Amino acid sequence: MVSSGTAVVTLPTDTQILITREFDAPRHLVYKAYTTPDLIKRWWSGDRGNVTSVEVDLRVGGKWRYVMTANAGFEVAFHGEFREIVPNERIVSTEVYEGMPDGEALDTATFSDVDGRTMLTIVMQLANKQDRDAIINSGMEGGMQEAYDHLEQVAASLR
Amino acid sequence: MPIWVYDCGMARVATTADAFNAVAEPRRRQILDVLAGGERPVNDLVGALGLAQPLVSKHLRVLREVGLVDSRDVGRQRMYRLDGHPLKPIHDWVKNYEQSWSQRFDRLDTVLEELKKMEDGGNG
Repeated sequence: MVSSGTAVVTLPTDTQILITREFDAPRHLVYKAYTTPDLIKRWWSGDRGNVTSVEVDLRVGGKWRYVMTANAGFEVAFHGEFREIVPNERIVSTEVYEGMPDGEALDTATFSDVDGRTMLTIVMQLANKQDRDAIINSGMEGGMQEAYDHLEQVAASLR
Repeated sequence: MPIWVYDCGMARVATTADAFNAVAEPRRRQILDVLAGGERPVNDLVGALGLAQPLVSKHLRVLREVGLVDSRDVGRQRMYRLDGHPLKPIHDWVKNYEQSWSQRFDRLDTVLEELKKMEDGGNG
């Protein structure tokens, strides 16, 4: 396993979640891995389950939908619509966790060069603090197992 | 201390005797920001926040109740200081969350290594 960086999650404002990570690969390859269905299937679930379906219509107004079966057995699905696409640079899309359909997020993923490496920056913008908290608080409720099950959904919901 | 440690608003905790609830209020996070720079008397906090002293004292009381702020008397002044220990559950929670992303990106690293090899092969 090659590990070239650490994901950093911060909460810059009451309605945002910011995720950053550096990759030891050129920008166009990170973009490719981030947008190609067969490649997304290999990384998007992390260690939390298996990706069972990925649909990506990569154009402005096009839809995307990812489905994962978590290790605990339940299924989680996310979908959204592409709003802005600058190949190898920026993708703006909406995102809805289908278990919480009212809490639509607007995600901006930016790919930038850092000395031959690539910095991926994902800003997740929620409509209000309640929606943001609903996503991040879900992991704090209930017992540990339940918390981890929720966390799984939370992690996936941030994509 | 990184700002995000206490910059996470948590609105759903029922009791006020909880660090999550204490830092859900933006003004209280501001107080913690100021105190992160060192021990301060209440007047400094009043100046920094631009709030009336009774309101600042009220926020300080909430922060003291959950142990985030400690005070001591120095001469005639009461000095307030930050105690970060109650923030640990919040810290741990963000770390958990970060870990999920790290696992995901570790897998992406593996995919990228393959893409790089394929590209090198194609060029060579």
